[in-house]
Amino acid sequence: MSSAVHTVSNQTGGSPLPWALWLRQIAAIFRSELHKNFLGRRAILIYLLALLPLFPLLVLAVFQPSDREWKDFNNYSLIYSVLYNGLILRTVVFFGCAWIFMNLFRGEIVDRSLHYYFLSAVRREVLVVGKYFSGLVTSVVLFTFTTVVAMLLLYLPHFYSQSVRYFTEGYGLKQLLTYAGITILACIGYGAFFLVVGLFVRNPIIPALLLYGWEWLNFLLPPLLKKVSVIHYLNSLTPVPLSEGPFAVVAEPTPAWIAIPSMLGVTLLVLIIAAYRIRHMEIRYGSD
Amino acid sequence: MTISNDHLIIFDNVSKFYGEILGVNRLNLQIAPGITSLVGPNGAGKSTLMNLMTGLLRPTRGRITLLGIPTDQPDRLFRKVGYCTQFDSFPRGLTGREFLNSFLLVHGFDKKRANELSQLALERVNLVEAADRKVAAYSKGMRQRIRLAQSIAHEPAVLILDEPLNGLDPMVRAETIALFRRLAAEGLHLIISSHILHEVDMMSDRVVLLNNGYIVAEGNIHGVRDEMEEHPMQIFIRCDQPARLAAHVFAQNHVVEARLHDDRRGLFVKTRDADGFYLMLNRAVAEGEVNIESVAPVDDDLSAVYQYLIGTSGGSA
Repeated sequence: MSSAVHTVSNQTGGSPLPWALWLRQIAAIFRSELHKNFLGRRAILIYLLALLPLFPLLVLAVFQPSDREWKDFNNYSLIYSVLYNGLILRTVVFFGCAWIFMNLFRGEIVDRSLHYYFLSAVRREVLVVGKYFSGLVTSVVLFTFTTVVAMLLLYLPHFYSQSVRYFTEGYGLKQLLTYAGITILACIGYGAFFLVVGLFVRNPIIPALLLYGWEWLNFLLPPLLKKVSVIHYLNSLTPVPLSEGPFAVVAEPTPAWIAIPSMLGVTLLVLIIAAYRIRHMEIRYGSD
Repeated sequence: MTISNDHLIIFDNVSKFYGEILGVNRLNLQIAPGITSLVGPNGAGKSTLMNLMTGLLRPTRGRITLLGIPTDQPDRLFRKVGYCTQFDSFPRGLTGREFLNSFLLVHGFDKKRANELSQLALERVNLVEAADRKVAAYSKGMRQRIRLAQSIAHEPAVLILDEPLNGLDPMVRAETIALFRRLAAEGLHLIISSHILHEVDMMSDRVVLLNNGYIVAEGNIHGVRDEMEEHPMQIFIRCDQPARLAAHVFAQNHVVEARLHDDRRGLFVKTRDADGFYLMLNRAVAEGEVNIESVAPVDDDLSAVYQYLIGTSGGSA
């Protein structure tokens, strides 16, 4: 009965920290979760959300607006910045991450299937890492796709040859990569937040809406409070900054060399909290 | 024979409260290899005990170790433990084989070994033919069997089974009980909760009777019965002269009741000293006073013990 047990434990026995085993377990969890994220029933909503910004752009590609600002190529970077900040970043990425990452644990509690992981010979911290990476890859793939395709759909149908030059010789590619980078950072930050919310709160929609409100009202906050948000750091990295309106409290953007490590540092901290929580978690589906 | 702590499941003064509500209280228990059944009415604390044993719940007080491993170390614990819970739910969209494989991979087995172990487990629970169908399309009995397969697939040394016979048809029940016996014979700990008393009686080496979160009795069922002095043992003797035997047994101090069977070919006796009674019976036979056809204890089984200690007749198949 115990031969197979030895197969695994021998591989872990030599070193005090069995990294090889952990990596194998993370890979197994990652694959299983990725399958659910992309092909599960809950994925339909994410696909719709990811495609949401592309529908109006497709319509605009076919029926070009006659307004003057749409005739000027130089306006397009500003138009994209508005679209990216208002729709892609603050809505699609935000709610997409909320749905993906909250469901990593909360979804399995609702389905009453989380105990199978808890009954496996795997450290619960390893489980958090595997699930987080699966959520991260899912969100990064989908929302980076949205970010990139939205930009191309905005430029290419209206000023094809100018746009090609812009993306191959001008600032276009740099802007595109910067926006994609901001999307990835947003997935990292929001993902960790929503993962931990899904572990602590029975109905995660309420904290998600509270954070959504906080992020939208960020422009009204005093400079110190602005820094207690994800959007402040992401806005600081935007290649085409937007005016926040006449009521905005102006604050200096945080430089990238501070913004990026800060975001990553806070994400790590939040994941440690998630690991602590999951380590002490009980399975009591009735009370969930 | 003394068994070291590394071979025992030990509950050391364990209590579990759900807020104000008592789950189990002050449990001190040592479980040795073999088949141990947890018996008790609904809400007695059987599932709580099993969930505590596997770390799905954490004790409010006390400490639990399985073969020397604390329950808060799942990476070590579940190399040696398998648990078939009562939760009748599964990850979505998987076939039976994929379900087993996916969690064996999480255990850390490589793909080839995971496939081998899945196949072996499927064979053991007789579910090979349905292995490549979606679990969502399984009948209740098949779902029960695939959960059982999942709990034994990694070849644990301790198998914990919460109502494992629920939903199984009589044929599969018998096969499953035979499987449990084989596993116990291989030296495994099997801890089984069940409300089907005659099946528990049939397969268990020992029982733990729980009621309202407390252990009411534990040990070999006949040993437990022997210790219940307030309930005299009932014995039925089928013989040719029951009236004569009744007169004879009434002379004994330990006999508290003797009653003729309705067909007047047998005698029910209640005695406080079963051993003394059997000795007396042997003498009566040797002296040619009666010819005995059969002798059988009437309330030396789990149902009777359950009824005496817990006050209801328990469940039945």
